[in-house]
Amino acid sequence: MFKENLKMSWRNLIHNKMRSFLTMLGIVIGVSSIIALITIVQATMNGMTSEFSSFGTDKITVQATGTPLKQGLIDSDIQKLSEIDDVAGVSPTLTGNTTVVYNGSEKKGVSVQGKNDVYFSKTEDLIETGRGLNRLDIENENKVCLIGSNIAEELFWGEDPIGEHLQIAGISYTVTGTLKESSSFSGASNNDAVIIPYTTATAILGSGYMNSVDVYMNDSNKSEKITSDIETVLNQSFNYKEDSFTIINMEDMLSSINKITTMLSYMLGGIASISLVVGGIGIMNMMLVSVTERTTEIGLRKALGAEPKRIQQQFLLEAVFLSLFGGTIGLLLGALIALVVCTLIGSTFALSVSTVLLAFGFSAGIGIIFGIAPARKASKLNPIDALRSV
Amino acid sequence: MSEQILNMTGIIKTYQMGDDDQVVLDNISLTVYRGDFVAILGPSGSGKSTLMNMIGCLDTPTRGQYILSQQKVDELDESELASIRNKEVGFVFQQFQLLPRLSAIQNVELPLVYAGVPEKTRKNRAWKILERVGLGEKIHHRPNQLSGGQQQRVAIARAMVTEPTILLADEPTGALDQRTGQQIMQLFHELHEEGKTIIMITHDVEIAKNASRIVHILDGKLREEFAHV
Repeated sequence: MFKENLKMSWRNLIHNKMRSFLTMLGIVIGVSSIIALITIVQATMNGMTSEFSSFGTDKITVQATGTPLKQGLIDSDIQKLSEIDDVAGVSPTLTGNTTVVYNGSEKKGVSVQGKNDVYFSKTEDLIETGRGLNRLDIENENKVCLIGSNIAEELFWGEDPIGEHLQIAGISYTVTGTLKESSSFSGASNNDAVIIPYTTATAILGSGYMNSVDVYMNDSNKSEKITSDIETVLNQSFNYKEDSFTIINMEDMLSSINKITTMLSYMLGGIASISLVVGGIGIMNMMLVSVTERTTEIGLRKALGAEPKRIQQQFLLEAVFLSLFGGTIGLLLGALIALVVCTLIGSTFALSVSTVLLAFGFSAGIGIIFGIAPARKASKLNPIDALRSV
Repeated sequence: MSEQILNMTGIIKTYQMGDDDQVVLDNISLTVYRGDFVAILGPSGSGKSTLMNMIGCLDTPTRGQYILSQQKVDELDESELASIRNKEVGFVFQQFQLLPRLSAIQNVELPLVYAGVPEKTRKNRAWKILERVGLGEKIHHRPNQLSGGQQQRVAIARAMVTEPTILLADEPTGALDQRTGQQIMQLFHELHEEGKTIIMITHDVEIAKNASRIVHILDGKLREEFAHV
């Protein structure tokens, strides 16, 4: 019986091709905009999330502006931080801008960053060629450096820079490695940077205070405990002066980004669903017209022995057909739009299963909700009146 | 006498017209036996359409008892009525009432679809009955590719395909020219001779004379006369 009804509904939709198509259009637009919006938002946010994750979720960043008397962190603070439970390592950063000279060619305003071995052991995909800084470099205050891809290009012109000597603020450093080119829309790229052991940076940058420290954790689940331990250490170090430091936990930032993503998805999805509802009303309208048009047919079917629930099922199927078809086309169209947009803005396109299910669920639901009233109307038609209206 | 297949006693049907109840069928009693060919003859407004709806289980009486094939029709609900229409009654309408988008055979199959007969059996039975009414060559034609007489034959085939207890025809020649009408009446005669029970509603005395029994209806009341055949 279901199969027969399916055939009948299909036949009828095919017969009214243009009308079926136009009715479907509402659903197509609704579903495609939901799919496109949600997919694009998710793709963008995934890009941002992975960008943030690349900074490392296993680390806590401390920004210390310090007090007038102590304008940042010193070695003993680093030592204390590294002694906190579950801390895998501490990587301080001293930054400043200075002039770099190689073989007579000079580059001004280069960002020089004093780092330690922990930074290199904890950060993946950092080195292009050569080696990173090791413990001995730090302890012995070796005059070695790694250079960013832009620096390598501008000063060495394609020559292998490793083993060459570079004058950084007048002091000769040996290049031990080059850094991988990184693209980062947050602007934190190393392409224009020179990295040296932080123990040698004081002399160049003129300040022994460290304003930024990354604390790496053994277990990111313990970030709360570690964060509070860091607070204790820093409060002692800065005499409990307010605003002397801030602690940035990547984990927290990621979760707030995720919250924003979810909210944004819901919001945009919600706006797009309005068009789905409008599409549903379109289906209801067409089905009501169809019931009126086919009054005689309904009467005849009833006279021939069609039960009311069968008539109802047939009309309901037509509505669900329309909306599911609309949903499928909308899904394809929406995915296509998302693919194009993602390619244009350079984020990775990924269609999630839940989005697809959402689209189908939604369109089937719309079909049933807006199809039920016309279907009931059809099933309740009195066969005598229906047959009379020739 | 042979078996009673239809028995109406004291059927009253009233319709609400504003504040008044209008009596359309007034205490009607009618018995039809297996193999009868009954004409119900009456002018328009006499209540003959209401009576036909009642006989065809499309409508239920306000009062009175109606038994069709040993089932009390007046006590059935809508879906039971649908099922009894499907099994016991074959409708033939004045305007044929074929579905324009379906071929002749698909139209004939329709009651079998609702009876839940599997597709293969359905096709087979529909085809055989179309052959019987002389349309074996035209089973895939759409109604608009058939003449009026041929369309009515398809409709008759559709009415007979479920092998119903009664064939109920409402002005079956009303939309046909005289010659074609006579051919259709000829078909009814043949079916009658094969033992089918036929009830025909008409306003035309000449057409009614084809039946073996004529029942007059006027102002909702029945009066029977035994025909000459």
